Amino acid sequence: MNARSINLKGLAKLALLLLVLTLIILVNSTELRQVTWLRILFGVSALNFTVRATVPLVLGALSGILCERTGIINIGIEGMMLAGAFAAFTAKVATNSWPLLASLLFGVLLASLLFGVAVALLVGALMGLLHGLMSIRYRMDQIISGTVLIILAAGITAYLFDRNAIAEGKFSQISIPLLSDIPVIGDILFTNAPITFAALILVFVLQVALFRSRWGLRTRACGEHPRAADTVGIKVNRYRYVNTMLGGMVAALAGAYLVLEAVGQFQEGMTAGRGFISLAAMIFGNWNPVGALGAAALFGYTQALQNELLLAGFVNIPRQFVAMLPYVVTIIAVAGLVGKVRAPAAEGKVYQTEGGE
Amino acid sequence: MSDQPVPVLEARNITKQFPGVIANQNINLKLYPGEILALLGENGAGKSTLMNIIYGLYHPTEGEILVNGQVVRMNTPRDAIALGIGMVHQHFQLVPVMTVAENIMLGSETVRNGLLDVRKVAEQVTELSQRYQLDVDPYAIIEDLPVGMRQRVEIIKTLYRNANILILDEPTAVLTPQEIEGLFQVMELLRGQGKSIIFITHKLKEVLRIADRINVLRGGRVAGEANPKTSTQAQLASMMVGREVILTVEKEEARPAERVLEVKGLSARNDLGGPALHDVSFEVCAGEIVGVAGVQGNGQTELVEVLTGLRKADHGQITLNGSDMTNAGPRRITQEGLSCHIPEDRHAHGMVVSYSVADNLVLNTYNQKPFARGININQPAIIEHAKELIKRFDVRTPGPNTHAGSLSGGNQQKMVVARELSRPLKLLIAAQPTRGIDVGSIEFIHNQIVRKRDDGVAVLLVSSELDEIMALSDRIVVMYKGEIIGTVPAAEATRESIGLLMAGVHADAQPPAPDASAPGS
Repeated sequence: MNARSINLKGLAKLALLLLVLTLIILVNSTELRQVTWLRILFGVSALNFTVRATVPLVLGALSGILCERTGIINIGIEGMMLAGAFAAFTAKVATNSWPLLASLLFGVLLASLLFGVAVALLVGALMGLLHGLMSIRYRMDQIISGTVLIILAAGITAYLFDRNAIAEGKFSQISIPLLSDIPVIGDILFTNAPITFAALILVFVLQVALFRSRWGLRTRACGEHPRAADTVGIKVNRYRYVNTMLGGMVAALAGAYLVLEAVGQFQEGMTAGRGFISLAAMIFGNWNPVGALGAAALFGYTQALQNELLLAGFVNIPRQFVAMLPYVVTIIAVAGLVGKVRAPAAEGKVYQTEGGE
Repeated sequence: MSDQPVPVLEARNITKQFPGVIANQNINLKLYPGEILALLGENGAGKSTLMNIIYGLYHPTEGEILVNGQVVRMNTPRDAIALGIGMVHQHFQLVPVMTVAENIMLGSETVRNGLLDVRKVAEQVTELSQRYQLDVDPYAIIEDLPVGMRQRVEIIKTLYRNANILILDEPTAVLTPQEIEGLFQVMELLRGQGKSIIFITHKLKEVLRIADRINVLRGGRVAGEANPKTSTQAQLASMMVGREVILTVEKEEARPAERVLEVKGLSARNDLGGPALHDVSFEVCAGEIVGVAGVQGNGQTELVEVLTGLRKADHGQITLNGSDMTNAGPRRITQEGLSCHIPEDRHAHGMVVSYSVADNLVLNTYNQKPFARGININQPAIIEHAKELIKRFDVRTPGPNTHAGSLSGGNQQKMVVARELSRPLKLLIAAQPTRGIDVGSIEFIHNQIVRKRDDGVAVLLVSSELDEIMALSDRIVVMYKGEIIGTVPAAEATRESIGLLMAGVHADAQPPAPDASAPGS
């Protein structure tokens, strides 16, 4: 079995990856740095930007995968993310000077940040539960239910947002021993803040869990053929509730990332469409965590590229066209995939246990 | 009776009510160790409901289930599985994108270090498949397997869970005669190893062939018990339907007249772009019924779609009443070609489930007088028309404004037949015209088809029920892998010879049919 998977296509991909890695290292450590277009494409700042842009996208995509693999369409990622961001911000502001025992253990700042993450996760789970209740218990159309989440989060966060509140401090970077010493790559991948690491680890954990664990097998069965799952004694709707809540938590973690790790503050509508690009990443990645990481990285990279092009003043077309880049790539990527990827067969369909045939 | 062992499974006084319907009423049933009990009944007689209760999918309104003499309470299939009950559902409960091993272990996974132990399950599957002669590859993906193979996977799935009681729900519906014989051998092997089997079917021949005992259900009640050694098909049929049933269709010798439909060298592709039809040629004359036999999925669906304008042909020519209709649209074919179509899936193509009966009855004529009045619809005319057809075709509905989806399957089908047959016709294309409906409606529809033939209509009948093909056709063409593998006059056809052709085996000494231009191999 393993011998078959190492084929020519795999070798070609590996070669391409090595080539890009070599280029990256060369561009950032030799004279090639002077070549503008190489710096724009492979420079450290572009790559760091890519990582920062990728994290919320990949977390959003994982949220979508968790829900859709059990058969619940989640277009409400944007709303879950925004709610998570606001929850993290509010919790952080409330505990800016936390006088509790916990702060003695971790230091005030870290305790407060972790509390922010915890509250975001809780709110995300509640958003997931709401989505589950609407689409499972009340059999609402799942697209509508997802839209409700988006509007709800946008409205409530804008209403409750205190513009004078300030969150003090954000997660600082951690360098992983040894790995962070690798030239260039170490700086980009192995010197980051905790949620970034968590997101990357989560991708691989989910990939294994989805395809190699009992939970994953049952989850996929619920999303593909819920009746088959039911006839072997799997509680389909329970799996759907749990996974939708997990999905809500992962999306909220993306929100927490924006507030506690990337920006440091909350702004109205700060998710700015990332939830929707996450959906595209989920589809582009064919509902696989690792595939979604690749897609999210591509979209993140186009955002970085857009940024670098504008900063460098490298092109003389109107900046609006350059700013369109990430969205155009998203559209092309998803449109070009019609018929090539396959969604879980039962997604969006209500499953009733007892009743007519 | 007192010598009888304790039944492995007993249902006592089971009643199941759905809103507005009593699906099962006071049903009693006993299954003894090592026997094959046939549960015979029409569609809608309550067989599947009863089995879903025994399997824990539905909960009885009243009554109790006993396993090995103990009253048990089953809330979910998990409880039934734990009690050694396994079920092979009519619609296979397999996840198409997963492997055989994954499907078999689903819900009863073997886990090592937190991860699925696929290799161990595959070994167990191989062992089971050898012991019960159910050859399958544990690493194959379900959607790549033919139906017969999927059924084996379903059987292994129950054996993997150590089922002692096997419920087989209409297992023969999708198989060729030879595959059915193979299934019966497996069932006998299982019985020999002490397993008890409930075999659900509506096919009388099969019951007499394999069952040790027969229970007949009718209208949600037990209509009686029969011994296969002393019963005849006619007796069973009248128990099943509640009155005398004529099992053969009365018809006279066909008097074929002029050619109505002529198909030459037709090729087409399926939905996935793969080849579905290859060089298909045949003709249908006025006043004859040509039956298209074959296992489902051998191109019959695509053939009907091409003939009715729902699918494009790549090559070949279709001539209808002397004019070329190759790749013509459905409206031209129905109106100029005076052709009609009873589609194989009435919910998808035959009716609008959410419309009223009256509206469904004008789906092919709504744009013509008197139903269309300028850009308006003439509602009174539509209702009058509906009333007349409801009477003439015996559609049992509370009224013309009733929601069509609320009718029984048989009446829905009669409604479709009424609409299609109530116009002047030259060609009738009937695909699976009696699938999933009661015996009374089947008789009625068969008689309507024969009457149309006698009126000089050319009839093309496509069916996967070999009995239906044999009973109605004047000439039988057999399809295999998108080609016509043989043409047999009905008088010379036997179940065995057609069955072999359906399985792709060429009959050697086959008399050349008068219309066959060239043998296609």
